[in-house]
Formats: sequence, C-alpha cells, structure tokens
Amino acid sequence: MIEFQDVHKSFGPKRVLRGVNLTVPKGESMVIIGGSGTGKSVALKCVLGLIHPDAGTILVDGKDATQGDRDAFLARFGMLFQGGALFDSLTVWQNVAFRLLRGSLKRPKAEAREIAIEKLRRVGLTPDVADLFPSELSGGMQKRVGLARAIAAEPEIIFFDEPTTGLDPIMSGVINDLIREIVVEMGATAMTITHDMTSVRAIADKVAMLHDGVIQWTGPVGEMDNSGDPYLTQFISGSAEGPIEAVR
Amino acid sequence: MILTAPLAALGRQTMAFMALIGRVAIFAFQGLTHIFRPPFYGREFLVALLNIGWLSLPVVGLTAFFTGGALALQIYDGGARFSAEAVVPQIVAIGMVRELGPVLVGLMIAARVTSSIAAEIATMKVTEQIDALTTLSTHPMKYLTAPRLLAALIVVPLLVGIGDIIGIFGGFIVGIQQLGFNPATYIVNTVNFLQFTDILSSLVKGMVFGGIAATMGCYFGMNSGRGAQGVGAATKGSVQAAAVLILAANFMLTSLFFAS
Repeated sequence: MIEFQDVHKSFGPKRVLRGVNLTVPKGESMVIIGGSGTGKSVALKCVLGLIHPDAGTILVDGKDATQGDRDAFLARFGMLFQGGALFDSLTVWQNVAFRLLRGSLKRPKAEAREIAIEKLRRVGLTPDVADLFPSELSGGMQKRVGLARAIAAEPEIIFFDEPTTGLDPIMSGVINDLIREIVVEMGATAMTITHDMTSVRAIADKVAMLHDGVIQWTGPVGEMDNSGDPYLTQFISGSAEGPIEAVR
Repeated sequence: MILTAPLAALGRQTMAFMALIGRVAIFAFQGLTHIFRPPFYGREFLVALLNIGWLSLPVVGLTAFFTGGALALQIYDGGARFSAEAVVPQIVAIGMVRELGPVLVGLMIAARVTSSIAAEIATMKVTEQIDALTTLSTHPMKYLTAPRLLAALIVVPLLVGIGDIIGIFGGFIVGIQQLGFNPATYIVNTVNFLQFTDILSSLVKGMVFGGIAATMGCYFGMNSGRGAQGVGAATKGSVQAAAVLILAANFMLTSLFFAS
C-alpha cells in the first residue's frame, strides 16, 4: 500500500504539490489524472526518491519511503517511463535484463537473457528484436521494451508514466490492454499517470484527479462519470468551460 | 540604490560562482570516492578507456606532431638571432614535455572527450535515462561518473606521454629534414637534456587534466537543463570550464614543480 500524507513540493516560486493525500491499496490499479503540469509525474517521482518532497510523508506498506535500505526498496518497484528511457548504448535484451545483470538481483548472463526474451514475448515482441538497439525500434516497440524492463524483475509495485503518449490509438489500446493484463496477472500494485481517458478506463480500478496541487477527487473508475465533481466532469468531457482554467 | 545595484549584481554573481565551485568540488569528491566503493562496472570502465584513450590517439598524435615541428622551426629561427640554433633538440624536448604536451593533450581531451561525455549524459538526463538508472537500483554516479573518471585518470597521462614522444618526434623530423641536424646528435641531446622531474610533471599534469576533463563532462551532463537547448548549454559549459580549469591547473602545477 502506498500512502501520500500531506505531501508538498515546490520548484522555486511554483508550488506544484500543495498537500497531496492519497492511498493506493495493495494490489489495486490507481490512475492519477490531471492536466499537463499539475504535478502528476512529480508525485510519482517523490515515491521513488527521484524528487524529494519539501514536506509530508510517503509510506510504502507503512514504512517511510525515505528510510531504510534504498536498494531493497527500489527492487520492489518497476517503472515505465513516458519516453521509454531505454539505454541507447545497450541492446534491447540488455535493457530488459538490466537489473538482472547487476546488483542484488544479479543472475548468470544466459539466464538473464532468457528471462529478458520471455518478458519480451510477454509484451508481444519476438526474440529477434533482442539484439537490436533501442534506436532501431519504433515508438510502440520502445514502449513495449520499456514495459518488459519494468516487469523483468517481477516487482510488487509498477509505475506507468504516460504509457500511451505519442502512440497511435490502436497501439495505445494494445499497451493499455497489456498493462491491465500484466498488473492483474502479477497481482501488482499499479500507479499510472495519464491524461488519456481511454487509458483510464482500460487500466484503472480507482481514479484520482490532481488539480492545483491537491487531489480534487478520488474514487472507483465506475463512479467517475457520475461523480458530480465539476473539475472531474470538465476534465472527462474535455470542455474549455468550467472551473479548470483553459488558456486559449 | 542606483549606485549599489551593480555591486549587488556583482555580489550575486560572485556568490553563484563560489556556490558552483563548491558543487563541482563535492561532485568531484563523490566521483572519486565511488571509484573505490563497490559495485564496480567493468564494462563501462573498458568502454570509457576505449573512448577516452584509444580513440583520442589520432587527434592527440597529429596535434603533438605538428606542434613539435612548428616548435623546432620557431626555436631555430629565434635562436639564430643570438647564434643559438643548436639548442633546438633541448628546447623542443623541454617545451613539449613540460608544457605543450600536457596542455595540448588536455585541451584536445576537453574538446573531444568532455564534450562527448557532457552531451551523452545530458541527453540521458533529458530522456529520463538517469532516473531510469536510479529506479533500476543503479547509482548514476557509480555507473556513469566513476568509470569515466577512473579511465581518464589512467589513460590521459598515457596519452600525454605518447603526445610528448610524438611531439619530440615532430621536432626531430623537421630538425633533420629541414634544419640540417644530425639525427644521432639530435636524439642524444634530447635524451640527455630531459630530467626525471620533467617527465614526472608531464604525467602528473596529464592525470590532473584527465580528472578535470571527465569531471566537467559528467558534472555538466548530470546538471543539464531541459531539451536540446539544455544539452547544448551543458556541452558548451563543460568544454569552457574544462579548458579554463586545465590552463589554471597547468599554471599551478608548473609553479609547484618548477618555480623553485
């Protein structure tokens, strides 16, 4: 379970998170929605320690995320980055097996490669891509490789940062379905940030809307359309009229 | 108010500059400590050795060769004004080994290696690859900085040594082909004139310049701004800082070795 307790974060004069309170129950898929620049990625990165909150606490299974053995903590997580964030200098299989080739989860090279190829298969890629470099792949394939890397070490918690950005609608659908299947299959706790409502409906058990640095609304995905919350309603409908200021 | 504003601006700039020096010093210290603490990334170290050392050989060799040749011509011409043409081998040797070899190799490394390290790491930062490293339980300082820094500390002194030899060789070729020196005499004069301190200072300078070049590349890369502009600014800043620091360090090391 992941708990945000009154988390604040500013960048210079810009107050991005102004007291975020949110609970992501174990084994559930939480999707955080919100406009661009509302701090969704910041919230995610705060959990992983990539950004340090100015105030507030983030608990993972009741323990402060900033305390304890960092390697053991991070070994529980997998993350799919918005642009894939694949390492250019490594081949596809070396990217997928990155964690299995070094550190506490190190395996023999042949075994790591085998696991990488199996994970690539799981995300719909054939073994012949294993020895290619990321620059030789299309955007959709890079996302799949990123997904394979995120799940390679069987993490308990998986984060997805804008998983469908830059993809065509069909590829977006494929990635959404894959994410849903993998999360259910692995029984993992998932946190996804997106502003793609198709992704929300495909991936989420629960939805939280971040606006003005706080969680404006949270609830099951089924209640999202009839929430009565003006911010959420405007966001779902994509209307320029409403409490969320739209700059034309 | 109008009178104090320029002073305040100067103060702010000075404070910012001092803070930058402090941050770079802490970064360099952390980079050095990570060299000695496991885990060690052998593959990254070997790749860095190849990139910084082996692939820099052509540019270092050509630079040293032409500089050695030009130096021989200049010394011959200048020496002729007071009938001291015969000192060409000695002055080429001392000039290359003590100053030109290390400085030119250092500047070439700053141009070729610092820029490449900064651009690569900055691009990794912009595309979230550095964040990805962290989430994959890999410390970016350990994985990116330590192998490059160690490789530079080892291989740049070697490059300087090779540059010194090629520079002297450039002077030798010009000396015997164009200036009429006897080859055997030229070599004997060169070898007899050089002292251990000359060679030691050259190699120490190489190590310090290598450390500066790698540290600047990694620091500016890791602290790059966003987008293509951020990568460009990081690359430019790293080369500028490395070049200036190399020249400043050269002055200090020369003072240390030879001022007495």
